[in-house]
Formats: sequence, structure tokens, C-alpha cells
Amino acid sequence: MHEMGIALQIVEIATASIPSDLGAVRVAKVNLKVGKLAAVVPESLRFCFSVATKDTPLDGAELVIEELPVLARCKACNTQWTITNPVFQCQTCNSGSLEILSGRELDIESIEIAAEDKNDSE
Amino acid sequence: MILNNTAKGRKYCHHKDFPHDHQSPADRRAPAIHVQKSGTRQIKVVRRVLDVNEKMAAENRKRFAEKGVFVLNVMSSPGSGKTTTLEKTLLKILPEYNSAVIVGDICTTNDADRLATTGAPVVQINTDEFGGDCHLAAHVIEKAAGGLDLEDIDLLIVENVGNLVCPAEFDIGEDSRVVILSVTEGEDKPVKYPLMFRECEAALLNKIDLLPHLDYDKDKAVEFIHQVHPDMPVFEISARTEEGFEPWIEWLKNKIQQKI
Repeated sequence: MHEMGIALQIVEIATASIPSDLGAVRVAKVNLKVGKLAAVVPESLRFCFSVATKDTPLDGAELVIEELPVLARCKACNTQWTITNPVFQCQTCNSGSLEILSGRELDIESIEIAAEDKNDSE
Repeated sequence: MILNNTAKGRKYCHHKDFPHDHQSPADRRAPAIHVQKSGTRQIKVVRRVLDVNEKMAAENRKRFAEKGVFVLNVMSSPGSGKTTTLEKTLLKILPEYNSAVIVGDICTTNDADRLATTGAPVVQINTDEFGGDCHLAAHVIEKAAGGLDLEDIDLLIVENVGNLVCPAEFDIGEDSRVVILSVTEGEDKPVKYPLMFRECEAALLNKIDLLPHLDYDKDKAVEFIHQVHPDMPVFEISARTEEGFEPWIEWLKNKIQQKI
């Protein structure tokens, strides 16, 4: 529901990550990692991203979303497994004491600068 | 037009926060650039999208700790009886513990007006002013808390925006989170919104006075809660009749006591 806010934040971080000595360049791709447990819908985020990038160095950039599974570790018996439905209980020993190893991510991994710099900035 | 946002680039530079490879250690502005097969140049960023919020939340938390304020983030779906529950809770907590409330709502001051009748100071936030409408973020709380005399407050309740999705994602610097659901909603809310129920420390199941009139399977609802969050304390209450409030108030007082 707050995908637009996230999209704007992505644009801000990505823009800020362009090394200043590269001058006016275009970002072709933003590589994002999104955990399945993050309250983010990839399709909505892509749509918001396409709007949020207008008139920025990310205009027309592709948002590549890598979805990460919810990985849990049982604190009691150390079993590790992927949670695919909302049951947060160890499959081996039934303990409910879990550590969530992945699934909450919402991280920008990298950006890719387009091969040809465009000179339509100023 | 393409913007060349160099000033921002420095301000939000990721170098401060994350270890990474430098091309030249002497040049702090040069991030690792890797030329891709396609000819694009890949620049490592590795930053959490919400890290601005997380930093602000950490600052809030530090400030609340310094002032000895226990902060409770109360979340729920719309219409679960959050405001009535908080009204009744405040009446049972005051005057033993000085309490204040921050109320987040998309529009209107209705909730704030109702809570103010308890005598607790209330700060109303209309989220549209801050460009969001589905949750309260840490910077909003920082601003709102600025209007309160924290030295004098033991308990600060944040009534979040009625929504079971987004508020769970945003740390505001609270000590504890609770979720309110009511028996007029589906029993399966916890499994539909697992993050919310994972993130909260306790659940309040409200409107139990209506149970005789409903087909609601309360045991099933509690089972669903425990499926998502085993051992989660569930307080069955009626904010209208005040049935079941004692264990909840006791739990809350214990929490406040540990902090102040």
C-alpha cells in the first residue's frame, strides 16, 4: 500500500548512488531484493517506480526485483526450512521459537548505468 | 531532462554505512563499478530502502529511553475498536502512570477528541500532511513527540493508522507493539496478515460481548494467531463492557514498570 513511498525512496537512494564524477548519466536498471514477508507487492512497486522515475536519471529504468523466500531456523533444534504458508512453527520439533533468516528484505543491491550517456540534460 | 544530483549524492552517500570494495581507497567517492556484458556499468549500492526510517526510529528510541518513556505502538484494522480500547485503557492507567497519545489518522480529529476526554495529552497526526496515508513513520513520531513534555510521561501510546499491512513494516522507535482484532472480523485475519501478527508482542481480541450474536469461532481465531506467532499472549476483551481488561492492564503496567 505504501509502494509509492518506497518507489520514491528507491529513486532517491539510486540517484544519490550515482558517482558524481560520472556527470549526467542515465540509470538503466535498479536491482532490488524484496523478501516475501515484506509488505510489498512487486507489481504495484514496478508501476509506482515507473511513475516516480519521471524526470530523474532513472527515467525509463528497469526495476529488477529478486524475491527472497522466508527462511527460518528453529532456535530449539536448529532445523532450517522455507516457510511457504503462514505457519511459523518448526516442522521437526514443533517449537515456535524461530529466527527469521530471510524474508524481510527491502534492499537496493546495485544500480546499472546505461552504456551511452545522453547529453540532453542541460 | 536528466538531473545530475551531485549534492544529494554526497548527502546520502552509502559509504558511511556499509563496507564495500573501493577502486582506490584514497578516493572515498569512488564506489565499486563493474562493467557488464551489455556495456552498462554496475554500481554496488547495498542499502536498505527504509534505512532513513530505521535511523530515525533508532533516534526516537534513544530519546524515549533517556526520558524513561514506555512507547506502545497499537495497530489494527479499521473498525476493530482501537480508539474505544485505548480510551478505556487510559482511564485504567491514569493517574497512576502519566500517559499521552499520538493518534494517526488519514483525516479528521474524531479519535483525538475522544481520547482527549480521558485527560491525557493527545497529539493528532493527519498523515496526508506527511505524504503518506497508510502508516506512521518514525519522522512523524519524532515531530509529534516534540509537542509533548516527555519528562512527565511514563506511557506514550501511538494509535497507528487502521491497517494490518503497512504499519508493521515501519519501526517508529517503540518499545512494544500490540495488535487489536475484533470478533466481527474474519477468524483468519492472522494468517492473512502474518507480518503484523509476527511483529506484535501481544494481541487483543475485542468485542467479545458480541460473541453470542455471531458465528465467530474464537478458538479458531486464537489458533490462527498462535500458528503465526506461537505463545503470543491474547487478551480477550470487550472495550464496551470492559470485560477482560484486568490481565491486559496488568501486562501493560508490567511493561511500563520495566521501562520507567
